[in-house]
Amino acid sequence: MRAALHAEWTKLRTVSAPAWLVLAAAAATVALGALASRAVTCEPGCGLDATKISLTGLQLGQAVVAVLAVLAVGDEYRTGMIRTTLTAVPARSTLLAAKAAVVAGAVLAAGVVGVGGAMVAGRLILPGQGFAHLPATDGATLRAAVGSVLYLVLIALLSLGVATLVRDAATAVGAVLGLLYLLPILLMVVSDPDWQRRLRRLTPTEAGQAISHTVGVDTLPIGPWSGLGVLALWALAALLAGAALLHHRDA
Amino acid sequence: MTPYRSALPTGDDGFPALLRAELTKLRTVPGWVMAGAVAAALIVGFALLASGGGHSRGGPPPRDADGTPVVDRFTFVHRPLPADGAVTVRVASLTAPDGPEPWAKAGLVVKAGTSPGAAYAAVMVTGAHGVRMQHDFVDDVAGPASARWLRLARAGDVVTASASTDGATWSTVGTTRLAGPAEIGLFVTTPPHETFDQFLGGTSASGHPVLATAVFDGLAATGVPASGWETLAVGAGDDPRALVGAAAWSGDTVTVTGAGDIAPAVEDGPGLEQTLVGGFVALTVMVILGVLFVTTEYRRGMLRTSLVASPRRGRVLAAKSVVIAAVTFAGGLVATAVALLAGKGIMGDAVHPVSALTQLRMVVGTAALLAIAAVFGVAVGTILRRGAGAVAAVVVLTTLPYILSVSAVLPVVSAQWVLRVTPAAAFAVQQTVREYPQVNAAYTPAFGFFPLPPWGGFAVLCAWTAAALAVAAVLLRRRDA
Repeated sequence: MRAALHAEWTKLRTVSAPAWLVLAAAAATVALGALASRAVTCEPGCGLDATKISLTGLQLGQAVVAVLAVLAVGDEYRTGMIRTTLTAVPARSTLLAAKAAVVAGAVLAAGVVGVGGAMVAGRLILPGQGFAHLPATDGATLRAAVGSVLYLVLIALLSLGVATLVRDAATAVGAVLGLLYLLPILLMVVSDPDWQRRLRRLTPTEAGQAISHTVGVDTLPIGPWSGLGVLALWALAALLAGAALLHHRDA
Repeated sequence: MTPYRSALPTGDDGFPALLRAELTKLRTVPGWVMAGAVAAALIVGFALLASGGGHSRGGPPPRDADGTPVVDRFTFVHRPLPADGAVTVRVASLTAPDGPEPWAKAGLVVKAGTSPGAAYAAVMVTGAHGVRMQHDFVDDVAGPASARWLRLARAGDVVTASASTDGATWSTVGTTRLAGPAEIGLFVTTPPHETFDQFLGGTSASGHPVLATAVFDGLAATGVPASGWETLAVGAGDDPRALVGAAAWSGDTVTVTGAGDIAPAVEDGPGLEQTLVGGFVALTVMVILGVLFVTTEYRRGMLRTSLVASPRRGRVLAAKSVVIAAVTFAGGLVATAVALLAGKGIMGDAVHPVSALTQLRMVVGTAALLAIAAVFGVAVGTILRRGAGAVAAVVVLTTLPYILSVSAVLPVVSAQWVLRVTPAAAFAVQQTVREYPQVNAAYTPAFGFFPLPPWGGFAVLCAWTAAALAVAAVLLRRRDA
């Protein structure tokens, strides 16, 4: 496993795309969050969720993270490298686990920088927009920040699983982004409010992003940590399905 | 010795042959054909899903003669008007507890009966928009701003609305036709006080109902029976919580209170665009197809064969764009037409009625949107040469702005700005509800209102695609394949 990890780390480190994507994910998270913070104004008692506003950039950052994770598998299939890799590491589950660990590490770095930067940007910008009390270290804010980093990591693992399933980078990115962006749109037209609430609990984005709320958490369809749990189940399911197919298919 | 010459005739290297080659490449990949078919099936499937189930709460709103849903609730102090006649009055004041709403209305109306939705013509003083003549719910003509004397006269079936500042010199505001027996008299109404905002997944419409008070004097009428004026709260039966106005006489002066509105209903039940929600899924599929149409050639080295067969590279890009656009448009047209008709059939009366021309625009517009988005995919695929980045770029550019704006993540001003400059502006072709300047409503993306007109929004996507194609053509020419 150590050797497999080392090999995956070398592969990730020695091409330029992953490094750029890590940077882009962090930059996108900070930039969109800062833009959203600039866009909003708060009159006293507006009840808006300053932390959630700062973390708006997750919506864009997750797309970059998805591309990063998909390419870790997709590029191997595109170039035929996967056959060399599987010759070197014949235990396919070990390979997938090593890939998952390395990608998770890279996204963790992107997430810490991106979410941290977005929180700092929000703390700098939002007071000028009329937000009065911005506690930096209360429980809910810390939970939102840490949870949002984990959210990005789980999105990456989900994307990795999907990429292993479909073996083509373009299709995998389309499938993941469809899951992330289209489900919320499609849910908007579910006319029965009870069903809509039930389905929103099961959607990876809607459930997973519950973690970034600090105001009105009780009114969300799902609690913050259980929401992140739903996303974790999605990621686990995708990885398991990917692992199963990786075992049973020729590369 | 003569060099070898193939016995086969020389192939045609014109643009039609290139188109045929690209079409062959597209239709001979079973996975792509199946993906296209699945996309079409999803458009129809989501239409059935979206149009089933819930309907608007409460009874259906009243409709006018054209079937447009309307709000028709006001206090009416009226007498019958069998044939010709005229009423003149001065609106001494129009007030409300917190100041009159901009579109509070007090004045004269002639109406074909007292049931909500019946045809009418009215001339009125408004809270902040001067004197107006309005008729048939959607027509609105501005009159002199400072006039307080109003006259509504009917001769034959022509109704003439006039206004005056002093009761002596009159100017005509507008004319319309209203035939048959009618009721004529004073009316007062005001929309509730409402402000709208949206942010972080929530839309807020904060407001409270308002009762406007108007004081009339100098009332004079001809052509109406001599019996007294009757007071009626038109349309008040709809909502038990609604404020109901009344009239009180004191000599020549009459004080009338009223609430409601006489206007087209702007938010009413599900919009027909809900039936086209599957278009988002199809968009993602077609963008992926557009990207793969190019990047697969790079991946397999097929592009080198293509460029040997057709060395003028711009033409290859053009042929690919034309082929995928034509195929997507044709398939999208069929799928969206079926989806719209099926969804309309299921929703029945619950749906906000939409004219045939608008429905045609929705179907053609959505199909064109899919086609242009696929071409956008081809262009971005050519620029990036890798599938993953290209798909992510196009999907993020088209759907993320839509989500941020329509699911009310962004505040209204930013959301409207985003829907002006990003390719997501093209979804304006699906907009069904008109915006009326004389109705204060939530004209925000979360309620289906786009800042750009339908084809204007579509042009934004076309501009992005044209720019991407131009860059792609230059890069394709410059770079090795």
